[in-house]
Amino acid sequence: MTDSGAATSAQAVARTDFYREIRRNKWRTFVILAAFVALIVLAGVAFDILLGFGVAGVIVAFVVAVILAFVSYFNSDKVALMVTGAKPADGPEYRRYHNLVEGLCIAAGLPKPRLYVIQDKAPNAFATGRNPKHSALAVTSGLLEIMNRVELEGVVAHELSHVKNYDILASTVAVTAVGTIALLSDIGLRFWIFGGRRRDSDNAGAAGAVLAIVAMAFLVLAPLAAQLMQFAMSRKRELLADATGVQLTRYPPGLLSALKKLQTDKAVVHHATRATAQLWIESPLDREEGKKGSWLNRLFDTHPPLEERIRVLESM
Amino acid sequence: MTAVIIIVAVIVLLLLVVALMYNSLVRARNRVDNSWSQIDVQLKRRYDLIPNLVETVKGYAKHERETLEAVTAARSNAIDAQQGGDVAQQAQAENVLSGALKSLFAVAEQYPDLKANQNFLQLQEELTSTEDRIAYARQFYNDSVLGYNNSIQTFPKNMLAGAFSFEKREFFEGAPGETGPVKVQF
Repeated sequence: MTDSGAATSAQAVARTDFYREIRRNKWRTFVILAAFVALIVLAGVAFDILLGFGVAGVIVAFVVAVILAFVSYFNSDKVALMVTGAKPADGPEYRRYHNLVEGLCIAAGLPKPRLYVIQDKAPNAFATGRNPKHSALAVTSGLLEIMNRVELEGVVAHELSHVKNYDILASTVAVTAVGTIALLSDIGLRFWIFGGRRRDSDNAGAAGAVLAIVAMAFLVLAPLAAQLMQFAMSRKRELLADATGVQLTRYPPGLLSALKKLQTDKAVVHHATRATAQLWIESPLDREEGKKGSWLNRLFDTHPPLEERIRVLESM
Repeated sequence: MTAVIIIVAVIVLLLLVVALMYNSLVRARNRVDNSWSQIDVQLKRRYDLIPNLVETVKGYAKHERETLEAVTAARSNAIDAQQGGDVAQQAQAENVLSGALKSLFAVAEQYPDLKANQNFLQLQEELTSTEDRIAYARQFYNDSVLGYNNSIQTFPKNMLAGAFSFEKREFFEGAPGETGPVKVQF
């Protein structure tokens, strides 16, 4: 982009592109949710083959999972802020941070979230809260230090997008599905091993035995598959938040340059755990690029690799 | 008998759908109006900050009277234009004000004492973020207009929009090359 003509035509492309990117990512979330439903139904069938009360099993597992997930959903902000050691961002030194968020909230038509700071050298940020009215935003002191205004705006816009897109709700739904499948698998396998098995499957012959083995194998593998789908959804929601964030700032280079700075920074957030990993703007855990290379490793990531996100942003 | 019930049910259902669509159109139109008034809120915030800024700069840079007067004049022009209600004229006056502020900050670069003044730095931060907010408020207005225009022009709501005279709204257009949020790095 050397002359202004090229720049304006690139902007024209950007306008249509992030809209398409947003639509595409919403569609991907829908596909994954449909796959979750299919997986629960299949797990129910397998449960039924082994124990003979599949429908009841699915209902019990689902109800328990819903209760567990929604208790954590209503307390998600308190828990996340507590375990990360976030403190309210009061004081004049955080004026810029407050101003940026207020501006972006105007652009997004969102109420202003509560703002927090985590004293940590590693640059990172996360958003939490069950809906826009109860949302909170936390950034590390390291992020405030190394990012300039435009970059910080890119990061904050990404986080506000998580709020705007109801990602906390989306991940709660995913956790519910994973929980349902895990419970079905757990109960099914336990009962089957300790003799609660269906009477007629004992004398159904070879076909019955094969079917039972297939069902058992399915119940062993289903929780793993569900987890992988949850991670896949988390990665798609990250890409969606990148695109929605750009829709707010209308300035892809801001987030782009912020992500590039994150790429060069190798510090690890001290207060991050596997449980909170999917909240952050980038994975707070392993930052060694070499480890991320393998296809198998990527399946367990909560975030797409920074290189991929940078590539998508560069195309906007 | 059953035919009557079916016909009544269909009519009730249709009325319900029409009512829901009508409500969503009203909501979209209200959002456009509200987001327009949000722009004025942010503009007013800028007008309120400027006298403070002028006073602070005056204390350090007495010789820059012309620049200071230009800012003050541009401010009162912009306020008049806002009350006048002509959108194009207002946009013009706002652009002049932005330009005057820009040259004021450029002038301030020459006064190290001023640049170190805590009050000045704070005002600079407030004005920068207010510029951003004005841009964002305009962007949100345009997004609201886009959503509203889309819904009154696409099927099936376009039929209702015609019947209840929901008018198409105009986008806010900045000066050429100034349509995006203004990224000012002071």
